[in-house]
Amino acid sequence: MNPTTTQLLQQEVPLSWYLLLSAVLFALGVVGFLIKRNLITVFMSIELMLNAVNLSFVTFAHQWHEVKGQIFVFFVMMVAAAEAAVGLAIIIAVFRARATLAVDRIDLMKL
Amino acid sequence: MNAYLHLWLIPLAPFAGFLFNGLLGRRLPKFLVTTVALLAPLVAFAAVANAWLLSQANPALLPLAEICPNPWINIATLHVDFSLILDQLSLVMLLVVTGVGFLIHVYSVGYMHDDEGYARYFSFLNLFLFFMTVLVLAGNALVMFVGWEGVGLASYLLIGFYFQKKSAADAGKKAFIVNRIGDFGFLIGMFLLLANFGTLSFDGIGAQLALNPAWQGGVLTVIALCLLLGATGKSAQLPLYIWLPDAMEGPTPVSALIHAATMVTAGVYMVARTHVLFDRSPFALGVVAVVGAATALFAATIGLVQNDIKRVLAYSTISQLGYMFLACGVAAYSAGIFHLVTHAFFKALLFLAAGSVIHGMGGEQDLRKMGGLWRKLPVTFAVTTVGVLAIAGFFPFAGFFSKDAILYAAFQQGPSGKALWAVGLVTALLTSFYMFRLWYLAFLGKPRSEVGHHHATPLSMLGPLVILALLSICGGWIGIERFSAYLAPATGARPAEAAGHLELILGLVAMGVALLGWFVADRLYRQRPTAAADLAAAYPAGYKLLANKYYVDEFYGATIVRPLLALSKFILEWVVDVAILGGLAWLLGGIAMLSGAILQRWQSGNLRSYAAWLAAGAAALLLYVLVPWATVLASLSIIHFGVAGH
Repeated sequence: MNPTTTQLLQQEVPLSWYLLLSAVLFALGVVGFLIKRNLITVFMSIELMLNAVNLSFVTFAHQWHEVKGQIFVFFVMMVAAAEAAVGLAIIIAVFRARATLAVDRIDLMKL
Repeated sequence: MNAYLHLWLIPLAPFAGFLFNGLLGRRLPKFLVTTVALLAPLVAFAAVANAWLLSQANPALLPLAEICPNPWINIATLHVDFSLILDQLSLVMLLVVTGVGFLIHVYSVGYMHDDEGYARYFSFLNLFLFFMTVLVLAGNALVMFVGWEGVGLASYLLIGFYFQKKSAADAGKKAFIVNRIGDFGFLIGMFLLLANFGTLSFDGIGAQLALNPAWQGGVLTVIALCLLLGATGKSAQLPLYIWLPDAMEGPTPVSALIHAATMVTAGVYMVARTHVLFDRSPFALGVVAVVGAATALFAATIGLVQNDIKRVLAYSTISQLGYMFLACGVAAYSAGIFHLVTHAFFKALLFLAAGSVIHGMGGEQDLRKMGGLWRKLPVTFAVTTVGVLAIAGFFPFAGFFSKDAILYAAFQQGPSGKALWAVGLVTALLTSFYMFRLWYLAFLGKPRSEVGHHHATPLSMLGPLVILALLSICGGWIGIERFSAYLAPATGARPAEAAGHLELILGLVAMGVALLGWFVADRLYRQRPTAAADLAAAYPAGYKLLANKYYVDEFYGATIVRPLLALSKFILEWVVDVAILGGLAWLLGGIAMLSGAILQRWQSGNLRSYAAWLAAGAAALLLYVLVPWATVLASLSIIHFGVAGH
């Protein structure tokens, strides 16, 4: 390997790259949430946003040598797991009642 | 010296009694209520008596002003202090108010002993004393107005004390509303005082008038007439006297204290207090005198034929108040106050005696059903006799001296004064007649009805009666010369009245008139008991006119009350109800519906639109936090100014 590659590998990945990745993932989640019609896809978009946030937590925790950020990630993961369980149950119940998962058609709460 | 003299204690002691009995009285044992209720006026009286003793020892003490260190009202040029002032005038008045007030409190203990509203009654009575002392001690017109309105409130509460009875509740309302008309005059007078003097303090007004000796009539007349309107309301003079006879619906001790001895004299006191204004307006003084004389005669004629014992006394009160106004109208303020004091004694006495009669008759107030009571109520009979002799003006009872002083003062005022004197004399004749009529009908002759058992009169009622009877005998012995000399610093110095043959002759004439009244009453009601009925039958129109009180109530009802009611009904029904309230409801409903129609689009039920709003909100928040707005705005303003600069 030539010395530049070695140097590159020995260098740390800069902070901004992680944050950029996190932002891109989050934006993808938002966009997916807004434009997708299928409830399960919307749900997955939420998970994507949560994980994007987790990534930035970990990044900062590493950057500042702080353990708090990592602990927060555990909390988020826990909430996400609980939310997945409840959310999927709701999705199944909705599907049973309405025979559809299109978000636009689930509007019974409307006035 | 001042350390022993706390003016604020005088009103605050009754106020404490009011708060205590008003808030806790219902739950406390009766003796505690009684103790507090009696202690309150006693403390006030002790403070007044102390002030009197101190001022006797050191005459330089008066006038004593006590001003609350912080200004009460301080807006731009309007500056009013909460100030109390004690001078000879207010001291005399306070002695009467707290002294007679205390006696009537004692009397009430016996009179009201088994009433359900015992504590309520005493708390109102204490409240009245609080406001009355504020009124008397007031150092400026606004503080006086506070007391003025307050006694009106207490009077309203006590007239309507038996509020379950419709006539009592109506009488309370009538008193309140009629007084409101007078208070309107008082208010306008105060505004004019502020506009022309820039101050409401009696001292300040007096000082400014003293600086301008040439200032007469004009606006001063208007101010004096406005104040007089207030006084006619409170003191039941023509044309606003109509509330006082109805005020007899209240408990009898209340009639004695408020509607005879003290509150109704507030108008006379006010005229005396603002005498510097009246002195500068001969026209206003003339109006005062004419109003007083007319009221005296008018009420006395009505009093001739009334059959309710308390109503006879009520019309006699109006008539005697007319005397006091007559005295003020001929600038004999000290004579007016003198009559106020003696009247407080004998009229309180007569009312309390009437209360004792009513108590003894088991609630009966009709003179036609009484008779022969002297055997059953000997003490009441004796004190009533004293009261009747005093009010009729027999020597040496109190009424003789004060009435004589007024008639003498009126007689000296030229031809118009002679006319006033003649009216006063006729009134004295009528007064003597109707008081002896009451005396004969109630106490002498044969009992005309057997009204159950006769209650014995308790000691707490007899004590005040006897003390007031003594005062009604001796109250006038001080004499008008010494009395007016004492009051001179407060009511202005008058030239010494030369007492001589004239006064003696006038006194004898007055005595003769009083005797004549007695003689006529004796003829009509003792010697030939049917004579009065024959007389009434002989002149049916005249009798009917008097018995119906000249139809004044009916006249006011037709010309003022009914049109006002119709107008109020129209305004309430169509303007307020339909136009304002209906329109407002329609408007508010419309706004709500319109905004609802717009805002409900937001709640589309579309999950993605909610999410989009959420994201947009988050983005906006982010933008707000991240962009350094201060710098951006600063740079924008630089650009702006740069453009403007070119």
